[in-house]
Amino acid sequence: MSIFADKHTRVVVQGITGKEGQFHTRHCIDYGTQIIAGVTPGKAGQKMDDVPVFNTVQDAVDATGADCSLIFVPPAFAADAIMEAADAGLRLVVVITEGIPVLDMMRVKNYLYAKPVRMIGPNCPGIITPGEAKIGIMPGPIHKPGGPIGVVSRSGTLTYEVVHQLTLQGIGQTTCIGIGGDPICGSSFIDCLEAFEQDSATRGVVMVGEIGGTAEEDASDFIANKMSIPVVGFISGLTAPPGRRMGHAGAIISGSSGTAQAKIEAMKASGVHVCEDLGTLGEFCANIFS
Amino acid sequence: MKIHEYQAKELFNKYAVPVPKGGIAFTAAEAVGVAKKLGGYPVVVKAQIHAGGRGKGGGVKLAGAADEVGRVAQEIIGMNLVTHQTGAGGRLVKKVLVEQGLNIAKELYVSIIPDRSTAQIVIMASEAGGMDIEAVAAETPEKIIKVPINPLLGLQSYHCRAVAFGLNLNPVVMKPFVAMLKNLYRLFVGADCSLLEINPLVITAEETVMALDAKVNFDDNALFRHPDIQEYRDLDEEDPLEVEASKFNLNYINLDGNVGNMVNGAGLAMATMDIIKQAGAEPANFLDVGGGASAEMVENGFRIILSDPNVKGILINIFGGILRCDVLANGVVEAAKKTGIKVPVVVRMEGTNVEEGRKILAESGLNLITAADLRDAAQKIAEVVQ
Repeated sequence: MSIFADKHTRVVVQGITGKEGQFHTRHCIDYGTQIIAGVTPGKAGQKMDDVPVFNTVQDAVDATGADCSLIFVPPAFAADAIMEAADAGLRLVVVITEGIPVLDMMRVKNYLYAKPVRMIGPNCPGIITPGEAKIGIMPGPIHKPGGPIGVVSRSGTLTYEVVHQLTLQGIGQTTCIGIGGDPICGSSFIDCLEAFEQDSATRGVVMVGEIGGTAEEDASDFIANKMSIPVVGFISGLTAPPGRRMGHAGAIISGSSGTAQAKIEAMKASGVHVCEDLGTLGEFCANIFS
Repeated sequence: MKIHEYQAKELFNKYAVPVPKGGIAFTAAEAVGVAKKLGGYPVVVKAQIHAGGRGKGGGVKLAGAADEVGRVAQEIIGMNLVTHQTGAGGRLVKKVLVEQGLNIAKELYVSIIPDRSTAQIVIMASEAGGMDIEAVAAETPEKIIKVPINPLLGLQSYHCRAVAFGLNLNPVVMKPFVAMLKNLYRLFVGADCSLLEINPLVITAEETVMALDAKVNFDDNALFRHPDIQEYRDLDEEDPLEVEASKFNLNYINLDGNVGNMVNGAGLAMATMDIIKQAGAEPANFLDVGGGASAEMVENGFRIILSDPNVKGILINIFGGILRCDVLANGVVEAAKKTGIKVPVVVRMEGTNVEEGRKILAESGLNLITAADLRDAAQKIAEVVQ
């Protein structure tokens, strides 16, 4: 079992003929993901390797029955691409693009409220159900199929670090999701925690947060009230100075809000097992989940 | 991106948000010239730096006559202004804004910010103007009005009424206030602001509305579509190493410690800084070389880290995904040869092609310390800088 994506997920790649799009599409296909179509306006009829390319997402859906989109479109055009995917009736939209203007994402987010679509990202590594489908840019081999742990994170390479440590401990993953490092993201920690809680194969979750915003505090409330499976938490940015954007657009301490310390305290108060030393996270998880 | 108050007021003018008459001056003589054109005294002389709390630090002064303007401007220009936002080092003042003095009847607070958790644009307002708004929010939250606006719908008249009635404005002021609020919103959306704050917004004795202060920040991700706003960037207000790093698309922030570090990915970079501190040392910087870093970027990263004289050792932590470890290793070797690294370097690599990467480092003949894992890396770097 898994959440949001599995071997049956049929993926169309928006921006498939670009450098990034081509590179990562090939890796997804190698991993076994069903990449069945691509979209690049003006390039209908071409193929990227064996994948047929269409002008619009709707054309791709009509011809192939895709139910999920993976987006590599540049930031200036990404909001448009996401809304196009939602209008074509896709169930899942995974947005890798980094650097989309905040106001664009705010409009997209409000537009999507009325649609039966789940967006993951933007500015994220994507989603992987190990052994079944990789819809994103994460390195496949570090993952271990079969569960029983779910991973949800605001980061990219930090997630790889966490997954790698789990795998080294012999702990497999059901699904790993990067929800993205931007202030406005399609899926929240809560959305993913709720799905993991309902997934019969997931016996525990590792949640990787960082400074900025209140997503971790909100998730803590949810964990205290709605979760029965154990949650391990980690927060990066204990040493981050206030007022500075730490790489991610969303990772900024403003005034007294968004600090790592406040998040760690909220998580601990909600029964989350907080690991404060990334170097020992794998062993920490092995203890909690055994 | 941040801009100066005088630049924010220029934008306010463009969007018909009323501001006091004034002008910018780089010398005391220029300040006197600006004051003479304002048509009366007193005038206010305000230091222009990218930090709040200027008044308390002695960077804002009233002048009752031309010679006093000259004297006050002379004091402020060239001073090292220390406020709670500049840090202990302070900031060198290079220019002042000279403005007409106003007859202030009431001071209000107004700001527009994006609310990330609800994806709404929020107008915040308070009758407790001129004060530290965070303190007001903490101590007397009932004094703050918050009106959320759906960005798809935009600002409606009822939103404006909610703010105006909440501020207990008198009927004469209501109309110009609402007009100003609509223009502020237009500016917020039109220029992709990430913060727009007026503290204080004043009601004058003549019952006009006037932005006495102006703070505007912009969404860096949206600057590509605002070339006019990019021109407001003032490199004097930024750390020179950070400016240098931005030329190479490197995400670098200079900090106070002595352990330089280079990491791929922002989250892992923050976590690496944390683990350096947990091992008993202090990070000298944040540096995210990104997922697709090239050998050239690694080299530039090294150069920038090493131009910080406090750096006594460097920790490289790379989790190879898109950026393969062999590519990184070659970059490190090249950079080490070209820049002649004089401090110890600890390398921790994991992920794609890690064996080839380790081999390249081992055979390079360079004095690199390799670490087995993160914990090992942090301990080793902490030892070598002590």
